Amino acid sequence: MSQQQFDRRRDSGAGDGPEPDATPPPAAPAAQSAERDAALDSLLDEIDGVLETNATEFVHGFVQKGGQ
Amino acid sequence: MGVETEFGVNATFTGPSRLSPEEVSRYLFRKVVAWGRSSNVFLGNGSRLYLDVGSHPEYATAECTDLLDLVAHDRAGELVVQDLAEDAEQRIAAEGLDATVYVLKNNVDSRGNSYGSHENYLIERRTRMERLTDTLVPFLVTRQLVTGAGRLHVVEQRATYLVSQRADHMWEDLSSATTRSRPIINTRDEPHADPEKHRRLHVIVGDSTMSQTTTMLRLGTTDLVLKMLEAGTVVPDLVLANPMQAIREVSRDRTGRTPLALRRGGTITALELQRELLDLTTGYARGAGLHEHPVHRDVLQLWERGLEAIETDRLDLVDTEIEWVMKKKLLDSYAQRHDLEPWDPRLQQLDLAWHDIHPRRGLARILERSGAARTVVDEERIRAATTVPPDTRARLRGDFVRTAAEHRRDFTVDWVHLKLNDAAQRTVICKDPFAAQDERVDALLEHIRATSGAPTKGSGSPG
Repeated sequence: MSQQQFDRRRDSGAGDGPEPDATPPPAAPAAQSAERDAALDSLLDEIDGVLETNATEFVHGFVQKGGQ
Repeated sequence: MGVETEFGVNATFTGPSRLSPEEVSRYLFRKVVAWGRSSNVFLGNGSRLYLDVGSHPEYATAECTDLLDLVAHDRAGELVVQDLAEDAEQRIAAEGLDATVYVLKNNVDSRGNSYGSHENYLIERRTRMERLTDTLVPFLVTRQLVTGAGRLHVVEQRATYLVSQRADHMWEDLSSATTRSRPIINTRDEPHADPEKHRRLHVIVGDSTMSQTTTMLRLGTTDLVLKMLEAGTVVPDLVLANPMQAIREVSRDRTGRTPLALRRGGTITALELQRELLDLTTGYARGAGLHEHPVHRDVLQLWERGLEAIETDRLDLVDTEIEWVMKKKLLDSYAQRHDLEPWDPRLQQLDLAWHDIHPRRGLARILERSGAARTVVDEERIRAATTVPPDTRARLRGDFVRTAAEHRRDFTVDWVHLKLNDAAQRTVICKDPFAAQDERVDALLEHIRATSGAPTKGSGSPG
């Protein structure tokens, strides 16, 4: 199969405001900040494990053409 | 509502050979082209995926009416594009290069080139545009205080932490062009709906956000402000004397207290302006009964909490919910642990890695897994959104794309039109973005099934 476009102007979706939804997400934000700090600290190890070793090369190599 | 995201692409190589980001982007889209014979396709979940200006992979979510659906579909776009990145790595490896491909959902590269996250809101045609923009522009200039993604901006050995990725790259408040002038609101009017009833509001000032709560807040506050204005709520004159100067000043002031000149004379701070609009919007939402709905309530409460956090210098109130605060906290902790200067490349790298869409490598996702970033939609809902359209017109489009693809039929599709490219050239025009049911589309799908061979299951996307 092949898919074609009606036109190639770039643009995008339309829609409208949110309808009621029944998923209640609120959480208690201010609580346990000390615990969170400890958790964040332990994260830094994990983060060191996923970063590319050559930071300068990674940063300077990230060059794009501008978009919109 | 819908969101379009332009992604940045980077790759690192172990050998001496290199590919440019544009070349890597083309590898990314090989899988798309193999599926749809085009680098510009609509998927079975109703979204659009294409290679944009400047070789940015771009994902435009389907039109959503439910805010949390939109958060899920925005995140689903990351999964779709990440899948392309992994495929690209394999294709590059097959040609003898060892590359790691990074797709970043941010808005600025290391040389200051910018690319966007564009929000689309369907608004009523009868609302006067000027009435909207008089309030909307000051709102958009200052909403970064609670919706900014944050950016470590380094010039030689001077580091500035900006509230917004995008603020420095906006040049005009209103315009119909995008790449040349880059306005806050693009006035190009393509409603993808009945133009007599609706127009499209195309907002291109926003930061791409990794945090689900910040994405929810960015879209949810803007949607409520628009609803309030459409309802005719009387709003004081908040028109800024110089929006482009103001947007940069707000991005540079994490306290929200820099006075901004008003056109009518006098000044107002970003915090005061946001507080004014929060109060008006909350009053409107109560009166309209919107406050009863959990997602609107969450949006209004988080908006309030964000402003309070800045007003009282208690950023810990929102350090799992508002992206620039979350990122700042991470950068500060990391700098402290490794004893780094504020301009250290490792911190700049951390800023970029925050926006990595890789589910195991991206820092925002690592924070989510550890519980340090609040989420509003779960992984299951996000995964489902990669294949299942929202309950809007997107359902018709998604079903058509999936059915035609499964039956290996040639077709042409856009936001409004569905056309089967056979002798009869059957076309259905779907002008109502809210209509998820349409007998004409049912008939078209039935026709495809009746006139094709056995289907190949699950071919509604390149995956």
